[in-house]
Amino acid sequence: MPLLRLARRATLLSAALMTASALLPLPASAAEEQPRRGGTLVIGSTQTPRHLNGAVQSGIATALPSTQIFASPLRFDDKWNPQPYLAESWKLADDGKSLTLKLRKDAVFHDGKPVTSADVAFSIMAIKANHPFTTMLGPVEKVETPDPYTAVIRMSVPHPAIVLAMSPALCPILPKHIYGDGQELKSHPRNTTDVVGSGPFRVTEFKPAQRIVLERFDKFFLAGKPYLDKVIVNVTPDMASLVLGLERGDIQMLPFATLPTDLKRFANDPKVSLTPKGYDGIGALNWLAFNTAKKPLSDVQVRKAIATAIDKNFIAKALMGGFATVSDGPLVASSPFAVPDLVRYPLDLKKAAEMLDAAGYKASANGERFKLTIDYLPGADDQQKNVAEYIRGQLKKVGIAVEVRASADFPAWAKRLASHDFDLSMDLVFNWGDPIIGVHRTYLSTNIKPIVWTNTQSYANPKVDELLNTAGGLIDPTQRKAYYATFQKIVTDELPIEFINQVPYHTIASKKVGNVPATIWGPLSPLDEVYLK
Amino acid sequence: MGTLRYAASRLLQALGLVLAVVVLNFVLVHAAPGDPVETIAGASGGMSPELMTQLRAQYGLDRSLPVQLGVYLGKVAQGDLGYSYFFNLPVTSMIAERVPATLLLVLSSVLLAFFAGTALGVLSSRRPNGWLSQFITVLSLVGFAAPVFWLGIMLVILLASVFPILPVAGMRSIDSAGGGLKDVLDVAHHLVLPTLTLSLVYLAQYSRLARSSMLDVLGSDFIRTARAKGLADRVVLYKHALRNALLPVVTVLGLQFGNVLAGAILVETVFNWPGLGRLAFESVLRRDYPTILGVLLFSSIVVVVMNQLTDLCYRFIDPRIKAS
Repeated sequence: MPLLRLARRATLLSAALMTASALLPLPASAAEEQPRRGGTLVIGSTQTPRHLNGAVQSGIATALPSTQIFASPLRFDDKWNPQPYLAESWKLADDGKSLTLKLRKDAVFHDGKPVTSADVAFSIMAIKANHPFTTMLGPVEKVETPDPYTAVIRMSVPHPAIVLAMSPALCPILPKHIYGDGQELKSHPRNTTDVVGSGPFRVTEFKPAQRIVLERFDKFFLAGKPYLDKVIVNVTPDMASLVLGLERGDIQMLPFATLPTDLKRFANDPKVSLTPKGYDGIGALNWLAFNTAKKPLSDVQVRKAIATAIDKNFIAKALMGGFATVSDGPLVASSPFAVPDLVRYPLDLKKAAEMLDAAGYKASANGERFKLTIDYLPGADDQQKNVAEYIRGQLKKVGIAVEVRASADFPAWAKRLASHDFDLSMDLVFNWGDPIIGVHRTYLSTNIKPIVWTNTQSYANPKVDELLNTAGGLIDPTQRKAYYATFQKIVTDELPIEFINQVPYHTIASKKVGNVPATIWGPLSPLDEVYLK
Repeated sequence: MGTLRYAASRLLQALGLVLAVVVLNFVLVHAAPGDPVETIAGASGGMSPELMTQLRAQYGLDRSLPVQLGVYLGKVAQGDLGYSYFFNLPVTSMIAERVPATLLLVLSSVLLAFFAGTALGVLSSRRPNGWLSQFITVLSLVGFAAPVFWLGIMLVILLASVFPILPVAGMRSIDSAGGGLKDVLDVAHHLVLPTLTLSLVYLAQYSRLARSSMLDVLGSDFIRTARAKGLADRVVLYKHALRNALLPVVTVLGLQFGNVLAGAILVETVFNWPGLGRLAFESVLRRDYPTILGVLLFSSIVVVVMNQLTDLCYRFIDPRIKAS
């Protein structure tokens, strides 16, 4: 109890602090101050990129540098609106089966060659053939290039997700004259050495697992940008030393921070700013997955009883220091398709026990109904392990004996999930902007595969399949949202997954950094507007 | 048996040993759950089954383990360590790039441990029951018992955070351009903490060893003779005793090279030192088989060579060994 109290108090304190900072008038500098040219921004990252070519490699490790090096047809603001980037204008046809991009004429690659529609056509077909997210450009049949500055993407079926798929993190435009030499793109030598794009920064040094040095590209197509002379991505697997580096001033920006201890520490630091903005696009959810193919979890009443025994508010407030927000559905709250009408399971231990009784799982003499195991993704204890331990404690109260199974490292955990060798597992999954890319995969019965981050819950409902497949092809956003609304209601009612919280990613930045990225893709978008005061 | 024939037979033994190490490593590495393609899929945030099958075929992971081992051995025999699954870079060049950093760390640590450890040992052997000796004993016991990573973290907190006089991690300043005297000083500045951390355990060990070895020698007849001749204390201690007492320390030094390399894994991880140890550790987490095997092969060769050299050196230092 005293411990709980302490946690509560800490939560209240941090909540109070957060409101206080929200109420304070914005520093005058925020809006009016003129960005300044020059300076070096050092970004700390725990993620090791395999290489720098985001066209054939997804994930945040590669996307962070790749979006600086390669420009994309479109970029997005902080409210999911597409903005011109390499494309000055664009038009999705009324039938949703073609997207016409009108390219700006002054864009050049880092080697001086112009960016043309041929490069766009080549890149889109390359991404379709090589990018791990196969649903993203799945319906694309070909890209027509009526003139050097017009590209028309033709699709076999209506595919509204195509607009979001033009984002910096998902659609880097590669120079055809370099990557079109016939070599296998996934292992192309130019993914690592002498990487050439048309983005605001060019690579001058890439040491895998150590650092990436990016220098201002003087002929970048947006006049006067980028403001920074240099961006250095300092790769260190250990978050603690990055945090120390930021405190000492060696590092100016630390994206993807979630640890409540780190966040609390910096929330009170006058030299540092802390923002949860910039992570709507990747839409990271922390959840509890049920293996619905296994007894007794195949019984929806059992799953509902388990959900009823878990206090998500406690997890978000106490375990995550109040920095996380509770999540009740398969879409992050900021997604244009998220709806509030979901089936919710408020904490009620008595009711949970009754539900288990009703489902036929009576407690035996020692108070135990049945045994389960729970796995968790290693390496993110604040989001995963701690929650798994908490769930074990809660379920014990309703007579379910849970064994927490640790995995030595990521491959060991991935193996268990992929081979469906689990009862319960914590998991951390990204929405990746459009539901077609990051949401459908978890619920389609056609995607029950022996692979991590597919439908490893073995959830199958023909109605859900139909809703998703239809919604994926609807051009009108309102109509599309209606389908996703029904989907969200069904999934939260049938509970293949108990949604826990939105991952509290924050960008920690020195107060010296102006225009800390806050668009939906945040740090995974061009940092051409970031400057040093 | 002549030195040459002796060396040849040792070489043959060494080759057999390295081969055994390769096979053992191969089996152990593949016994770990999960495979590199799953890790790559993980780093990508998901992947289609077709692509995974394609990757597995590309890496030869779809073949049976003995076949994979045969292919690997064949390649290694030709000096080809293959390509890293994760980075798509040749393993040999990745190792070559990281050898200097590890060598710098290991050598500076070994030298510091050897010289400082011996000095402390000799110092405490002069008055084995004096306060200085007791103090050194306690200190070396603590150094010997403390886990390397804990020591490293504590040193970082003390010398990089509370008193920010040394850098937190890395081998160079983040914004360094490299080159010139400035770069040398920069690297030296970054080298202090990792070296201190890695050497402390061995320093403690050598000081204990040097102390007991010195006490042994100091009790022998020829020392009494030397003292009886009226030689100065300094001469007795450093010329007569230390020379003889050093033999076991040198042996241990050579034989422990492997341990120091292993310790480097922890220290490199704690201090983000871009050496072989960190490469090995991170490659295990990625199930990057060719890289793990390459680093292990390289390290085992280094250790075997060091041991052989120690053996050979010993034969020169102590002629009695030759006779046996």
